[in-house]
Amino acid sequence: MTDYLIKKAQVLGGEPADLGIKDGRIVPPTEVSGAEIVEATGLIALPGLVDLHTHLREPGREDAETVETGTRAAAVGGFTAVHAMANTDPVADTAGVVEQVWRLGREAGHCDVFPVGAVTVGLAGERLAELGAMADSAARVRVFSDDGKCVSDPVLMRRALEYVKAFDGVIAQHAQEPRLTEEAQMNEGELSGRLGLRGWPAVAEEAIIARDCLLAAHVGSRLHVCHVSTAGSVEILRWAKALAAKQGGWSVTAEACPHHLLLTDELAATYDPIYKVNPPLRTQADVEAVREGLADGTIDIVATDHAPHPHEDKDCEWQAAAFGMLGLETALSIVQKTMVDPGLVDWAGVAERMSAVPARIGRLDGHGRPIAEGEPANLVLYDAAASHVVDPSELASLSRNTPYAGLELPGRVVATFLRGRPTVLDGKLC
Amino acid sequence: MKRHLLSAADLTRDDAELILSTAEELRSLADRPIKKLPALRGRTIVNLFFEDSTRTRISFEAAAKRLSADVINFSAKGSSLSKGESLKDTALTLEAMGADAVVVRHWASGAPHNLANAGWSRSSVINAGDGTHEHPTQALLDAFTMTRHLGPMDGRRVAIVGDVLHSRVARSNALLLHTLGAEVTLVAPPTLLPYGVDTWDVQTSYDLDAVLPKTDVVMMLRVQRERMNASYFPSVREYSRRYGLDARRMATLQDHAIVMHPGPMIRGMEITADVADSKRSVIVEQVTNGVAVRMAVLYLLLGGNEPALSTGEDPTGSAAEGENDA
Repeated sequence: MTDYLIKKAQVLGGEPADLGIKDGRIVPPTEVSGAEIVEATGLIALPGLVDLHTHLREPGREDAETVETGTRAAAVGGFTAVHAMANTDPVADTAGVVEQVWRLGREAGHCDVFPVGAVTVGLAGERLAELGAMADSAARVRVFSDDGKCVSDPVLMRRALEYVKAFDGVIAQHAQEPRLTEEAQMNEGELSGRLGLRGWPAVAEEAIIARDCLLAAHVGSRLHVCHVSTAGSVEILRWAKALAAKQGGWSVTAEACPHHLLLTDELAATYDPIYKVNPPLRTQADVEAVREGLADGTIDIVATDHAPHPHEDKDCEWQAAAFGMLGLETALSIVQKTMVDPGLVDWAGVAERMSAVPARIGRLDGHGRPIAEGEPANLVLYDAAASHVVDPSELASLSRNTPYAGLELPGRVVATFLRGRPTVLDGKLC
Repeated sequence: MKRHLLSAADLTRDDAELILSTAEELRSLADRPIKKLPALRGRTIVNLFFEDSTRTRISFEAAAKRLSADVINFSAKGSSLSKGESLKDTALTLEAMGADAVVVRHWASGAPHNLANAGWSRSSVINAGDGTHEHPTQALLDAFTMTRHLGPMDGRRVAIVGDVLHSRVARSNALLLHTLGAEVTLVAPPTLLPYGVDTWDVQTSYDLDAVLPKTDVVMMLRVQRERMNASYFPSVREYSRRYGLDARRMATLQDHAIVMHPGPMIRGMEITADVADSKRSVIVEQVTNGVAVRMAVLYLLLGGNEPALSTGEDPTGSAAEGENDA
């Protein structure tokens, strides 16, 4: 295995220093021999990013994304681990399917793939899937989610929260009260009324988050809230976290998506379904509250909700279009633009929110570790001074449904290392 | 004027007044033995209907034919949701046939925007009703009808009553009437007013009886019985009692006030038969005016740069770009 000597990287944005990589681990620069030199002057070194929320679409929708193409996109975005959501076809609700996805990830080799198991059979919200079998499988599933659908039945949610305690699992809830959001198309607000698009009210998210926090407190479990999108949700989480800190014995974590840090529901006025996503783009006040929540730790992490769709599912009427947008390849740039450049978090804070904490929530061993001697060499080198214009045709993903096409974004991922092996060098896939 | 008519908000006051004055000229045709002008000879207009609407389609068809355009009716009942031919492929097909204008009625809000802006088509797009969004030519024909009875709309009070939430007619009327200087009051149970309606340029009321004595126009909207099943209101009878227009309520109107309905009416639900057939009712006249207004829209959008009739005033000076805030 090739040794690498990374010259003058700024670890977490700190002073320039050299890093050695040998046998998949970080070593003192003096310990490498015949090393390939990676010039990193001016580049920031971060631990390899970990995504808790990725849709790789395989099995079932290989026309949108495959494990191979999705993990390429992940590597290009600086990720060394992704959690593959369960809403595939067939649904990842058995040990067999999660092991299949896990194996496909190993074969692709661009980043580690950790399958998420479905909470309920077929995501139908009726009975628990075999959570223990998935936990005990080769894929060692720890994160369970019906994402795309809400576990709306309170009894089922309570049981799921309780049941996964046996193997230190976590339920990642897609918080969406189904009756309040039937045929919902966009954020319910001033604009939905004008545009004649059925509204998705904030209360439909907030009511489920509040309920689930109370359930987690009652049964002493670990809850994770997916894609927080409203100011009210941030407030509820702030209250719930204070309660959990006081009571102990239960916890709630939460994620925000890059698009909810930048884009607003005003974009729906174009009727261009590229902006159709679930939960929907909200108002500027919500965007600011989500940023603030992410800055002060109320929201723990950034997760992409990378949701590839084939062209025809987005090149149509808004109401007929699929929900979701790409996220892996632009996530770090969006976080720089919305959080780092305005001074809300520093690069150490980015490493916490995009690597260390998501790895901890997913109970991953070899990811989200500090950049220190002896640690696995999962690294990303990032040029924060660069900028680029997003060109959908250049994306590594199989799909093209990025909402940022033509937008100039700061930063560029220069290199990604997975256990000492480069998956990206000079911004190109290896 | 813009190249497309997607929303009533696309129209500046000058645009709207030009359309109304052109329609006034063209309406006189209806009284002539030969109701046809050569203005759009050789032009092709497609009526693209993804949703049944016989009255709107024949209104546009009559308008186009009276201007001597070639008319193609394209009824596409399937939808992308049911995996029929997509809107895009339909648009490309029509484009290949050389359509100059596409009149589109669609169940999805925004579909005419997609047709006009997604790069699928070069024709002018006219929104003939999209989902629960807008129906701008209906608003124009309504304004035309009001103007004929009441004169200029500045300061006139218009009550729009019924299922505003699901009504594209209400949205377009609210926008256009505001542009023309009228004061609009939307009257409905709170469940049938859109979220955020407080930010619109309208008044709202839950009390029809309080609004009627002050209004110059009362426009009743259709209320579908199925709304009852989604708990928008408890029963048809309760709805009719609180928001239906009957003879007792009509008697509280000012003498000059008119009663309108975009159709199709549900007699006995939002309007009683005696009101619909009364002297105040201009419901049938709305239909007649619809043809004239749609003639004006087609004529002006398809580059009518001369007066529609040889005796009219020259409308070319009013090609101002409209503000689009929708």
